[in-house]
Amino acid sequence: MRRDRIIFETVRTTLTILIALLIGYVILLFATDKANEAFKWFLLGPLSTKRRIVELLNRTTPLIFTGLAVSVVFQAEIFNIGAEGQLFFGAVAATFAALYFPHIKFLQIILVMLFAMAAGGAWAAVPAYMKAKWNASELVSSLMMNYVAFFFGLYLVNYHMRDVNAGALVSYRFPRTAWLPRMLRRYNLHPGILIAIGFALLVWFFLYRTKYGYELRMVGKNKEFARFSGIKVENVVIYSQIISGMIAGLAGAIELMGLYKRFVWQMTPGYGFDGIIVALLARNNPLMVIPAALFISYLRTGSYVMGRMTGIAPEIVVMLQAIMILLITAEAFLAFWKRRMIEKSAMSREE
Amino acid sequence: MKAVQMINIVKVYPNGIVANNGVNFEVEVGEIHSLVGENGAGKTTLMKILFGIEQPTQGEIRIFEKPVHISSPHDAIKLGIGMVHQHFMLVPSLTVAENIVLGMEPTKAWGTTIDMDRAVEMVNEVAEKYGLPVPAKEVVLDLPVGIKQRIEILKALIRGAKILILDEPTAVLTPQETEELFVALKNLAKKGMTIIFISHKLNEVKEISDRITVLRDGKTMGTYRVEDVTEEEISRLMVGRDVELVIDRPPAKPGRVVLQVKDLSYYREDGVRVLKGVSFSLRSGEILGVAGVEGNGQRELVEILTGLRFGATGSIVLNGEEVLGLTAYDLRRKKVAHIPEDRIEKGAAVKASIAENLISDRYYKRPFSGRLVLFPKKVIEFAKKAIKMFSIKTDSPLTEVGMLSGGNMQKVVVAREFTSGADLLVADQPTRGIDVGSTEFVRKKIIEVRDSGVAVLLVSADLQEILQLSDRIIVMYKGEIVGYFDKNEGLTEEDLGYYMLGVKRHDPDRVKEAALL
Ligand SMILES: Nc1ncnc2c1ncn2[C@@H]1O[C@H](COP(=O)(O)OP(=O)(O)OP(=O)(O)O)[C@@H](O)[C@H]1O
Ligand SMILES: [Mg+2]
Repeated sequence: MRRDRIIFETVRTTLTILIALLIGYVILLFATDKANEAFKWFLLGPLSTKRRIVELLNRTTPLIFTGLAVSVVFQAEIFNIGAEGQLFFGAVAATFAALYFPHIKFLQIILVMLFAMAAGGAWAAVPAYMKAKWNASELVSSLMMNYVAFFFGLYLVNYHMRDVNAGALVSYRFPRTAWLPRMLRRYNLHPGILIAIGFALLVWFFLYRTKYGYELRMVGKNKEFARFSGIKVENVVIYSQIISGMIAGLAGAIELMGLYKRFVWQMTPGYGFDGIIVALLARNNPLMVIPAALFISYLRTGSYVMGRMTGIAPEIVVMLQAIMILLITAEAFLAFWKRRMIEKSAMSREE
Repeated sequence: MKAVQMINIVKVYPNGIVANNGVNFEVEVGEIHSLVGENGAGKTTLMKILFGIEQPTQGEIRIFEKPVHISSPHDAIKLGIGMVHQHFMLVPSLTVAENIVLGMEPTKAWGTTIDMDRAVEMVNEVAEKYGLPVPAKEVVLDLPVGIKQRIEILKALIRGAKILILDEPTAVLTPQETEELFVALKNLAKKGMTIIFISHKLNEVKEISDRITVLRDGKTMGTYRVEDVTEEEISRLMVGRDVELVIDRPPAKPGRVVLQVKDLSYYREDGVRVLKGVSFSLRSGEILGVAGVEGNGQRELVEILTGLRFGATGSIVLNGEEVLGLTAYDLRRKKVAHIPEDRIEKGAAVKASIAENLISDRYYKRPFSGRLVLFPKKVIEFAKKAIKMFSIKTDSPLTEVGMLSGGNMQKVVVAREFTSGADLLVADQPTRGIDVGSTEFVRKKIIEVRDSGVAVLLVSADLQEILQLSDRIIVMYKGEIVGYFDKNEGLTEEDLGYYMLGVKRHDPDRVKEAALL
């Protein structure tokens, strides 16, 4: 029974991806006369060199974090889509901590992370309290908080932490004590991916093996039932968003300490919104977030490689993604086939 | 002529459960045909197939002796089939007439505005024709359930139904309302309507049907003329053993006062005063029955007592402590258990597993968890025990509650609340939708918890249940206690009925006795 289900889910996802790829290929056919070559780079590019593999992995890291952050609130049926702003604000806080906290080996890395988590959590707490106090829609307020994070963060960086000697609008360079170590000698593969995977396990454990996770999921499944059972729904609404914000904030810190070693964003990087896609693909399951994030990262990396090698605009990948999401979230897709398969196996057991 | 023929119907749900396994079901035109069977036997499934909500895996359906393919309720309606679900599907803010004509509204000249007068006329016409009067212009919201049900029936009739399916229509009705429904149904049948009726109350089945089909484990056990079988025989066919329809109840040995309600009043959001100075007390080891037609304040009383509704005045003393205004969180921790009237909205999370549902009030305690971590093995162990003890029909404690049949969902709720170790159990319609065998079991269980020293407040629309189980009875009418009975020996359903309808009432001094111990 369970096996049938797993087979079915796998087949469904694979089919969906194939169909989306096919559509992507057709679009390429219209966009260029070198469609075959471009498509090859898109499909295989991320694995073609060591450097690209590293690029793929590093790009996966923030997506795992934001995917987890979004999964946590979605499991509680709370539509806080503020991961983008939480990550951004976490990154600003990390910049502050990296520049001004005591430069002590290892310890500073930890402190930067904790500070970024606190900042992300605080950012998420605002819509959470507004929801709990005045029943303000967290969807709207968290979206607004994204803008506030962006402009407020840019103000802080550009006016207080900007490195005027750098050629671009960036912060001062972090001290070495706030750099994540390299895991390979020749490539900048930072340990963020391991931390992210660790967090996926942690979040899974939290959701499915702790009291608080249980409360959170029950509130998500039926709020009235949770209240009736003696669960403090208001508390859950608040702590689930704070936890989510902390995870997103951490992503910002790791991204800066691992990759750029300074604050570099003048545009919001979009990981928070990709996180929503990752959570959707993963059906809010923290363990599934890992492959889902890897997948989205693969698409992105593939499109950049394709763009670099053939000059086709990477925007095409945005279209591809949209198609995938449409297909995968349409639960009804292939439902008919699913029913037939399960019916058949059940009947054969009955005999 | 045969109205319905369902031949060798097999239904396998997507999760692999075989709900119908070669069912044969035939209904003659103009007969009232009852479909009975244990919880999970496949009744609702069979009717959903007939109404096009579910697709059969195998089998053939003929309507008026013509083979048909029913792929949606829309098809079913076109074939003249109507269904009244157990959970009403009415829009509370619309009027009765608007609800009935919804989707087929008569329009004025240009087809842009709804012709309300015409709609009311249409409704009154059908209502009169079938003897089902309704207040066509009133808003549905506050109407009694009996009327709401009538509206559902009219909805089907106005769409030209010739075959009417009623899935447990009487579960939510009072005896008077049930009587009225039966008169109407018999009337409809006389006019040639074919009626399929599902109920767990065998006395009703005996009273209303021409023929009865018994399902067990997704198979047809047989179809019988009503005069050929007794209630006992029906239940034996359903369950496969003898069911005791009479429960023996040793006299109560009441102990200390657990609950003392004094002068409880409550104004609803819309300003209506739904509780007017209600006072009663309840001791450990006794069962206090609350009788009353639905909508006379019982729901509010229960919700206030269990911390789900706030803003009442008066006093509620639980184990010597004032608890008015406390939340469910607090009250659960002060040992209040609650079987709610609505299992889908409140009593369960249908998307969570049986095991998860069973621990929702105790997940934070030993043995289910430590300071932070849950102990899944203990949870599953407990769930397996509860499933066995309450004979919940499922193959795994990890099954989603939403995949259980209505009665089995109810058993999950009952299993949780009975095992919570409470001092006060508020049981609101505890056996609603449960089959005879399990009803017997739940009622015995209620007596058992009483004898173990729990104070039980039993709210039920089923007077038989109230009479059978209660040690004392209060009757509520328009937010007041209008009747108080100390011993129920000799009391009949009719007696209670007079008080429930406000025809008779006890003088205030007698009513006060409910609170004086
Ligand atoms: N949507 C569903 N998905 C999976 N299984 C289901 C679903 N609905 C019902 N079942 C299963 O099918 C069986 C028959 O259910 P059904 O609701 O038809 O029973 P029923 O005779 O109406 O019972 P009750 O008297 O409790 O209402 C049950 O074992 C139930 O668990
Ligand atoms: Mg049913």
